Amino acid sequence: MFHIYCPYCEEWREEEEFHARGQAHIQRPLDPETCSDEEWGDYLFFRDNPRGIHHELWVHSVGCRKFFNITRHTQSYEILETYRMGELPSVTAESVLPSAATAEASVANEKTEEVRA
Amino acid sequence: MQRYSGFALARHALSHHENWQRQWRNPTPKKAYDVIIVGGGGHGLATAYYLAKEFGVRNVAVIEKGWLGGGNTARNTTIVRSNYLWDEAAALYEHAMKLWEGLSQDLNYNVMFSQRGVLNLGHTLQDMRDIQRRVNANRLNGIDGEVLDAAGVQEIVPILDCSKRARYPVMGASWQPRAGVARHDAVAWGYARGADALGVDILQQTEVTGLKIRDGRILGVHTNRGDIEAKTVGCVTAGNSGVLAGMAGIRLPLESHPLQALVSEPLKPILDTVVMSNHVHGYISQSDKGDLVIGAGIDGYNGYGQRGSYPTVEHTLQAIVEMFPIFSRVRMNRQWGGIVDTCPDACPILSKTPVKGLFFNCGWGTGGFKATTGSGHVFAASLAKGEMHPLAAPFSIDRFHSGALVDEHGAAGVAH
Ligand SMILES: Cc1cc2nc3c(=O)[nH]c(=O)nc-3n(C[C@H](O)[C@H](O)[C@H](O)COP(=O)(O)OP(=O)(O)OC[C@H]3O[C@@H](n4cnc5c(N)ncnc54)[C@H](O)[C@@H]3O)c2cc1C
Ligand SMILES: [Zn+2]
Repeated sequence: MFHIYCPYCEEWREEEEFHARGQAHIQRPLDPETCSDEEWGDYLFFRDNPRGIHHELWVHSVGCRKFFNITRHTQSYEILETYRMGELPSVTAESVLPSAATAEASVANEKTEEVRA
Repeated sequence: MQRYSGFALARHALSHHENWQRQWRNPTPKKAYDVIIVGGGGHGLATAYYLAKEFGVRNVAVIEKGWLGGGNTARNTTIVRSNYLWDEAAALYEHAMKLWEGLSQDLNYNVMFSQRGVLNLGHTLQDMRDIQRRVNANRLNGIDGEVLDAAGVQEIVPILDCSKRARYPVMGASWQPRAGVARHDAVAWGYARGADALGVDILQQTEVTGLKIRDGRILGVHTNRGDIEAKTVGCVTAGNSGVLAGMAGIRLPLESHPLQALVSEPLKPILDTVVMSNHVHGYISQSDKGDLVIGAGIDGYNGYGQRGSYPTVEHTLQAIVEMFPIFSRVRMNRQWGGIVDTCPDACPILSKTPVKGLFFNCGWGTGGFKATTGSGHVFAASLAKGEMHPLAAPFSIDRFHSGALVDEHGAAGVAH
């Protein structure tokens, strides 16, 4: 059971008061009319799914009902911070493991290419 | 491969059952294979089996980081059905169902496939309309199904509370008599034994740590036991598919969530069918061993921890006790979780990728066990020919850019 600090109520509350709403910081394309099918599909359906640090949108659904963000580790489940809408995370995958992240990337691809699904 | 039979059983009895052949070898990896399957779950093993048996590709390795079926394959609630709404999904799951019906004979391995029927309950008028529509669609697709009213449901499951007193009274159900359950470990083991006998190398305790890609083409995999080459690689790694795709610089529209199940202490036979309810969200059957097998929902957030959260268990048990007050004093024995890869349209991904020779079979989310047979069969055909099998083609990754989704949330069983 998570104990989550709501940055608006400024209180710790139990997980059951909250609802996770997926990846945080997703920008709606500024000019949808000019989006390609690729761009629009990416915006609608493609989400980060890291085994590690993840920035998530949550809502304090039976509390203040405000949306806010959580930085959480998807393997250890540790909640590293919660922050208000419009704010940026202070903990990121790069800030936690700068060297490990680049090492992994170089093992993965002998020659990195621009590939998209 | 020594065949299992009554005669073999009698013969081995004479030597106190001490000389049975091992079910599969434990080979050292070769330098290169024609096809590498990453992931030794049911889907990966089935793919290897059909590749060898039906498509004559025998120089195949299945690479598994843990042990066979240690992923979702042996963590699920074993429900097999094919009552999906849309033509594309119905065709795929029904293809699987037909293979299930002959699987034990085909593999010479008892997978304990038991066609005890599945009920999907309706608790609201809208549920009943959806059930009506789905059953009609099923029948048009040649899939068995019936719409039952509350009395019809009560007749099949006398211990279900079908009274008006319930908080969400049972109004009826869809009923697929050919559906049922299968012993999940046996499915993995049976396919492994069959594939091994046809020459497939099953490499356990071997983890793929990177993909070898040059000039837009797959050349092989990096593993913790060295590099292995292959011009065709199929990734069948369920909840870890996003991680594998990342190794190729590919993004998949998947999110990994824990999904959990629990079993009770063993009881005498009391429930001889499978009962599922989307509305109150619980599904239950009784195993041949006697324990009640109960499936929960997914955790609402992404996660790679194979356990699942407590609030979800509580919610599920509330639903079960609401439906079956008779189970309110039953003790739960064990609980565990698996990592399921959920897709935005609750349908799988069977697809080529922008990397030549690299294929993915994933996104089965909360409901892929029932598809193990069909998934393996059509994926094997696709790998052998280099072109997606017609039943797999609608499940290409392209659909998330073309918009041709197959939205099966209504028939998926688990809310996500
Ligand atoms: C609790 C629960 C209940 C479920 N109930 C049902 C149900 O009743 N009916 C139904 O139809 N479906 C159900 N499902 C879903 C079903 O279990 C899955 O869709 C299905 O088993 C997926 O099979 P698979 O072979 O693709 O995956 P898995 O069995 O998960 O196999 C993937 C394998 O890949 C391996 N792997 C991952 N990464 C690597 C790597 N880097 N290198 C090497 N190997 C790797 C893993 O170790 C794993 O063994 C349930 C799932 C869960 C968790
Ligand atoms: Zn709040």
